[in-house]
Amino acid sequence: MKLTINGEPRDVDAATVAEALAALGMADARVATALNGNFVAATLRGAARLSPGDALEIVAPMQGG
Amino acid sequence: MPVFYGTEVASPLMLGTAQYPSPAILAEAFRASGAGIATVSLRREAGGGQDFLRLVESLGARLLPNTAGCHSAREAVTTAQMARELLGTDWIKLEVIGHADLLAPDVFQLVEAARTLSADGFKVFPYCTEDLSVCERLLDAGCEVLMPWGAPIGSGLGLGNPHGLRALRAAFPDVPLVVDAGIGLPSHAAAAMEMGFDAVLLNTAVARAGDPVAMARAMAQAVEAGRAAHGADPMEPREMAVPSTPVIGKAFLA
Repeated sequence: MKLTINGEPRDVDAATVAEALAALGMADARVATALNGNFVAATLRGAARLSPGDALEIVAPMQGG
Repeated sequence: MPVFYGTEVASPLMLGTAQYPSPAILAEAFRASGAGIATVSLRREAGGGQDFLRLVESLGARLLPNTAGCHSAREAVTTAQMARELLGTDWIKLEVIGHADLLAPDVFQLVEAARTLSADGFKVFPYCTEDLSVCERLLDAGCEVLMPWGAPIGSGLGLGNPHGLRALRAAFPDVPLVVDAGIGLPSHAAAAMEMGFDAVLLNTAVARAGDPVAMARAMAQAVEAGRAAHGADPMEPREMAVPSTPVIGKAFLA
């Protein structure tokens, strides 16, 4: 499915946010997700279905002031 | 020591984690600073996030995630939700930026985001201006801490409006107040503490110093000196000289 992941166009074999993370090798990573600007809690990633063109953001803690 | 939302922290120095020459220097600067709180951001995971998370969790400081770079209440709220889940804390340094050159807070969106987040159980640390009515609205929105800027983020200009900061301290004697942003030198940090601020939050002044570890130590000493001075009830300044040496008893030699 064609998605925009962290701002980049990607073609990922996934129907849910959880499957997208697995396809990207981040199934066990400590990350947080938002789909089309809305927070998707870790417990809800399996139920969060993807549609073509969706924007998925995957973030982690980084340097900050 | 400062108490934020019922939690006492070990030091009035809050330190950011950005812009250090290396992760090792970051860790050493934190040890030298004794900082009780470390700020972090959330950014797109590109491979480095997992190592960084282990590093900041080893610092011994409580983590305060920020919403840096957000320009709307909606963005800031979503970022805060992601931070709460990732770091297991309901503390959030709320930044909603309104002006790109000055990184000045958008105080309207800030109040809106603070209200939404407070209602959702977050403990909001708003990066704000020293404007009294804005601060009042932030308190009404549920904030129990205020973090007015000293000067624009990363500028190192110090306390641009000392009168306004003093007025804020006087207006809200029981609210924990933090000077966040603009501190460039230990004297700026000491000045904020002398005014009775509860803490200072800084990053660039330490991270971009030629010797970040030495500057971290200097900042720790400065906040401690400023805090002690405030507690010691400083003298009132006056315009004219007053001899400190007694006049009585001076020998008549003319």
